[in-house]
Amino acid sequence: MRRYLARKILVYALTFVAAVSINWLIPRLMPGDPVRTMLSRGSAGDPETMQAMRDYYESVFGLDQPAWQQYINFWTSLFQGDLGISVWLFPQPVTGILLDAVPYTLALLLPAILLSWIAGNRFGAFAARSRWLDNTLLPLGYILTATPYMWLGILLAWGLGVVAGWFPTAGAYGFSSIPGWNWTFAWDLVMHWFLPFASLFLVAFGGWAIGMRNLIIYELEAEYSNYLEALGAPRKLVRRYAFRNAVLPQMTGLAVQLGTIVAGALLTEIVFGYPGLGNLILQALNNRDFFLLQGAFLFIVVGVLIANFVVDVVYVVIDPRTRTQMQGGGA
Amino acid sequence: MRRVSLDVTDLAVYYRTLRGDVRALDGVSFSLADGEIMGLAGESGSGKSTLAKSLIRMDGRMRRIRGRVELDGTELPVDDQRAMVPFRFHEVSLIPQYAMSALNPTRRIGRMIRELIRSRGIDYTAVHPELLRRLELVGLDAQVLDRFPIELSGGMKQRVVMVLSTLLDPSLLIADEVTSALDVTTQRSVAEALAGFRDRGFITSMIFVTHDLALVHQIADTIMVMYAGRPAEKASSRTVIEAPRHPYTRMLLSSLPEVGVTFSGKRLEGIPGQPPGLLDPPEGCRFRDRCPLAFAKCAEEPPFTEVAPGHWAACWKVEG
Repeated sequence: MRRYLARKILVYALTFVAAVSINWLIPRLMPGDPVRTMLSRGSAGDPETMQAMRDYYESVFGLDQPAWQQYINFWTSLFQGDLGISVWLFPQPVTGILLDAVPYTLALLLPAILLSWIAGNRFGAFAARSRWLDNTLLPLGYILTATPYMWLGILLAWGLGVVAGWFPTAGAYGFSSIPGWNWTFAWDLVMHWFLPFASLFLVAFGGWAIGMRNLIIYELEAEYSNYLEALGAPRKLVRRYAFRNAVLPQMTGLAVQLGTIVAGALLTEIVFGYPGLGNLILQALNNRDFFLLQGAFLFIVVGVLIANFVVDVVYVVIDPRTRTQMQGGGA
Repeated sequence: MRRVSLDVTDLAVYYRTLRGDVRALDGVSFSLADGEIMGLAGESGSGKSTLAKSLIRMDGRMRRIRGRVELDGTELPVDDQRAMVPFRFHEVSLIPQYAMSALNPTRRIGRMIRELIRSRGIDYTAVHPELLRRLELVGLDAQVLDRFPIELSGGMKQRVVMVLSTLLDPSLLIADEVTSALDVTTQRSVAEALAGFRDRGFITSMIFVTHDLALVHQIADTIMVMYAGRPAEKASSRTVIEAPRHPYTRMLLSSLPEVGVTFSGKRLEGIPGQPPGLLDPPEGCRFRDRCPLAFAKCAEEPPFTEVAPGHWAACWKVEG
């Protein structure tokens, strides 16, 4: 187990370094110059003042140094928790801006990912081998899973928000609300949270349900299921075993899908004007804010890596076959 | 004459397919005495596996057309999945062809057995000592119960399944090609262990489905040979091997190497031709087209009759 974990951690560490390096590189390869953007905001006319301002900003952001030096500086300050200073919200530190946004994204993502996975698996298992459900609700699952996140978001905002008027369509809380620890504000948060959550939940739900239905049918045909039935085991026991075995590929699927779901959440946030990481990334892009962009991507990379790692470890716990492999020292 | 344990009368089971009914089992009658081990032999498609399945659990495509099955004087509701449940495991049990993969891969063996036993409404603690005793009998210690199936060798899994299937002392055990996936040395020991189960009274009688006549005649009391969905011949193993009457059995035996012979000048003969398709089988004797003895009367279906005491055959030429 220790060797397995050590190897996994090494692989994840390498992935982290590679991802962060690419993350550092990409904004610098993009067209546009953040300093020029800031200078144009300053609206100073004469070239001397411009040059002085340019020198000042470049030294603040460390852009006056050669690229390799910038790269090393980036890593050193990263370990000090310093992600630089935002261009867009100058002179606020990036870390602070991100920490304000991350709770919103997590509040959307975690329930959407976990609930859709659990509910989708349950429902798929339930629908398998029921002709009526197979014929009615599964086509719906196919439509849901084929729907782009933001498109479903727009539909929901239009249908339940604009037409029905049940839910607000933008922001994390109303303009008239005052943030505070009270029920009125909490309720306002929940109402604003619901639609973006629902759009993420529904799309992912359809995919999990379909996957689970197919897997369960396969497992019910498996030889251990046939044997149990020949020995008169009740349907309930056979299905429970089938479910447990069918969940394993779904766990892997979850690990693979995490990245997609996160990307979906970013688009959904933009549709609903939800102040999470997705919105920040959009703003950062519009304002050529390298540092904010880098920071936001860093959070996403770390999040996806942690989630994958958790899935890896859980998988080992629930599937004895991977455990045997580890003892054998194989891959 | 010993008490009759299993009595099958004119059983016909067809497979529903899009192109029509496949008559996999078309009028099979035989009986099994208490303590009898019957080898059920025949080539692929002869209906032997369909017969074995029909006695415990039909799959969704199988339909009983006619016939009845009685076990210890009670009719088995073979085509009623729900009504069959009380008989399964208690009265009729199965060692499947796929014993290697018959155990749930994500449950420890002991826990799986416990859950299965409890789900049948049986007090597990009462069965546990007997389970350990029988595992020991087949050379497994109690530790296997704490293992996952993947941690066991193929032979060990086979023995676990053998013990589990017979744990409730069923009246009839169906061993469906249990030795097909094993190497030759293990085949023999598995077959002998099963005969030992009969001797110890764990099972009353057994149907041993196989295509390996050389193996089955070592442990079986009787052998029934099937051809194209019908029984061709049934007699004591010795008679079937040494003095078969049905032309199909004779040709089948002459296409096998003789036991103990390492070289003989005689070239082994196959049986020319193919068995008939069972989607629309020909009238009369189904072996007619491949039979060297066929004559006009073979256009009528020969009955499966007792041609000598304890010796049944379905052939007009064997009469009397």
